[in-house]
Amino acid sequence: MKTEDYLAHNFRDLGGIEDIFTSNRRDFLKRVGGGIMIFVAIQDALFAQEGAPVRNRMRPPSDFNAFLRIGEDGRVTCLTGKIEMGQGIITSLPQMLAEELDTPLATVDIKLGDTDECPYDMGTWGSMSTRGFGPALRAAAAEAKGVLLSLAAEKLKVPQEQLVARDGIIFDSKNEKSRVTYGELAKGQKIEKHLETKPAVKDVAEFKISGQPHTRRDGEAKVTGKADYAADIRVPGMLYAKILRPPAHGAKLKSADTAPAKEIAGVQIVQDGDFIAVLHEFPDVAEDALEKIKPEWDKPEATFDDKTVFDHFQKIAPEPRVLKSGGDLDAGKNSAAKKFDATYLNSYVAHSPMETHAALCQIEGDHATVWVSTQNPFAAREKVAGVLGFPVEKVRVITPYVGGGFGGKTDNQQAAEAARLAKAVDKPVQVMWNREEEFFYDTFRPAAVVKINSGVDDAGKMAFWDYDVYFAGERGAQQFYTVPNHRTAARGGGFGAAREVHPFATGSWRAPGNNTNTFARESHIDVMAAGAGVDPVQFRLNNLKDHRMIRVLKAAADKFGWTSAKFPSKRGYGVACGIDAGTYVAGIAEVGVDADTGNVHVKRVVCAQDMGVVINPEGAQIQLEGCVTMGLGYALAEEVHFNGGEILDTNYDSYELPRFSWVPKIESVFITNNETPPQGGGEPAIILMGALVANGIYDATGARLFQLPMTPDRIKAALQKV
Amino acid sequence: MPDKISFKLNEKPVELAVDGDRTLLWVLRTDLGLTGTKFGCGEGYCGCCTILLNQRAARSCQLQVKDVAGKEVVTIEGLAKDGKLHPLQKAFMDHDGMQCGYCTPGMIMTGVGLLRLNLQPTEKQIVSGMEKNFCRCGAHVRIIAAIQQAAAELKGA
Repeated sequence: MKTEDYLAHNFRDLGGIEDIFTSNRRDFLKRVGGGIMIFVAIQDALFAQEGAPVRNRMRPPSDFNAFLRIGEDGRVTCLTGKIEMGQGIITSLPQMLAEELDTPLATVDIKLGDTDECPYDMGTWGSMSTRGFGPALRAAAAEAKGVLLSLAAEKLKVPQEQLVARDGIIFDSKNEKSRVTYGELAKGQKIEKHLETKPAVKDVAEFKISGQPHTRRDGEAKVTGKADYAADIRVPGMLYAKILRPPAHGAKLKSADTAPAKEIAGVQIVQDGDFIAVLHEFPDVAEDALEKIKPEWDKPEATFDDKTVFDHFQKIAPEPRVLKSGGDLDAGKNSAAKKFDATYLNSYVAHSPMETHAALCQIEGDHATVWVSTQNPFAAREKVAGVLGFPVEKVRVITPYVGGGFGGKTDNQQAAEAARLAKAVDKPVQVMWNREEEFFYDTFRPAAVVKINSGVDDAGKMAFWDYDVYFAGERGAQQFYTVPNHRTAARGGGFGAAREVHPFATGSWRAPGNNTNTFARESHIDVMAAGAGVDPVQFRLNNLKDHRMIRVLKAAADKFGWTSAKFPSKRGYGVACGIDAGTYVAGIAEVGVDADTGNVHVKRVVCAQDMGVVINPEGAQIQLEGCVTMGLGYALAEEVHFNGGEILDTNYDSYELPRFSWVPKIESVFITNNETPPQGGGEPAIILMGALVANGIYDATGARLFQLPMTPDRIKAALQKV
Repeated sequence: MPDKISFKLNEKPVELAVDGDRTLLWVLRTDLGLTGTKFGCGEGYCGCCTILLNQRAARSCQLQVKDVAGKEVVTIEGLAKDGKLHPLQKAFMDHDGMQCGYCTPGMIMTGVGLLRLNLQPTEKQIVSGMEKNFCRCGAHVRIIAAIQQAAAELKGA
């Protein structure tokens, strides 16, 4: 995600935040007690050196946003405002800490997403946790080790250079019996260090803990049902709320008779204009009561739907904003032996995490505690404070385990609703959306159009490339092939666009923009390869100079056992490449197509990834598998049906998620690249899935699909054109 | 008027004074405080709320509490015996058979139900047995491996 996207999404400039942090920090230090503490401000130069974006338009965090403590018991605690939603930082961040500190992984604790205890964080998204936060955390750990070594030198009366740290113990390399534990060193200390210069961190070659596969640290909690999610929190006297929802975005309430709901024992009703909620000590009774309310609504007229949205986009598209250009397009067109012109479409896609949005708000006097299913607890805190009219420091947001986010849990509407209701009834209130509400309020991945005009010369080299993306956003739009004459432009922004563009909210969806852009680009590269009569792997290699991309593509082809043939070869082989979150990725798929039904079966996906240094190979592999599996959904089936502001999908009867029988054999290659710091792993492979499948279908049948998802009907229609 | 409904829950008898038409899922999660059983879709599509009813996997969002009167219900909280995890729970941990973990209780209960019917399922049988449970994170390949491991272990036991 680009810096501007971060800022556009859920970020407001927070005046006066420094005071909040200063006062909070005093309380914070009082609470944590003694030991050795290291503070890091990620936004400083140290972070920038790692090549990650510096969000200099953002003022917070002005004080510190990573915190590390070595306690008197020798335990190391990392506190961070990031959250765990399945991506595995609950394992990978402690691994990094343990590595850098030379302490056993088992002695490292991590506390996530609690706004009272953890320093500020903007949000968990964009594959930034390992990439952006990791380097700062490692630096903090290295600094802590420096402090420990100097304390040990004093205590053991040995020159610091002579000391060695291992497994949470520092000893004299010349006399191993002379030793002291981290806990002993931390005892009675109150050392506070602010990281200002970047301490030397270990070289990858020295890694013992990082780089080793580790299974999830939250595994046991998750297999026993003990892992609490926001809707699992119970406090005495709490009520469950169900809220009356409009039938379409933009609908206005004309009337509602709440009397029949009131007849149910124990029901409490809150009505404030259009906002009507039914509360009860049991959520199912509240839901039954809500159904007894028969509202009348004024629905705005729908002006477009899921079929006409693409025409709508082209009608309203603003002037193109050129992202990159070079050479001379007209000269390119003249030199091209063959030209290719195509339009690619994709539909709106839902996040649809298995855990719907949930929040519980408890107000005690002038203070509120809110348990929220969120990717950005600090934004949730602000939102709740606004609703309650409390200063932010009087609101504590606790983020329990989050049951999937994928970019969709950033608006915190449900937290605002719980707060509003808790205030109204003076009792703790839990709001948990049902699946229909989840579809209705989801911030969908935007539908989009991509138009590409390109050409190749007689030698099979790309002569020109003219690319316009409408409303998907620019992430992944810039191509990496060597083409002398080119222009890449975006028309309209990505997610979060105004209501005239989309009739409902849109938001970031796992690798926002890049799924659309990579589908279009890599499909079109295949169209060109076919037109030039060149094998699609060879065509790409012929037009690439970027050595990282060449390396991943060759690695994927080797692992797959790619052999050249005249395409379409009927083998069902599809290839695609891309770059996301700093990671290079190339894949090859084998697909089967049933011409009678239009059903596609993806049999095998090989994916090669260069993500720099790999911290947890097990975690990286899991994220890759997740990307491939989740990506099959948007490639083959996922599509939001709507008519204006009315969302026609209300549950999984009409909106399909990938199932067990869809999952291919997934093979991976992780390129050893210790020259590049760790890059994103949670998103890259998903960007390939549209083009991998489309190109595989072409190779199997000769039919070219230009629209996602590639449903059986669309495939049958394409087959008729062959 | 509340009905008196008795059943066996995680090997212990329970008696509830409750409207028998209420949904089992919510009675488990609220009245009984067993929050390991999750709400996913409320209409029986996703499998997050799966429990065992008389040893068979069943969707608690599709059951009324009166449906389980006199029967035996097991939830994810009741699967471990004497502090020892069920082999399938252990296998999910060994294979990282979860990411966000929200579908996990339903996956495990469905898997246990499957293994009770067929101790030596083929991969195809596992896939078709799990087909109606959704995982959004994409842990499917690991879940299949976990069920295979548990099957091997249970067969040897």
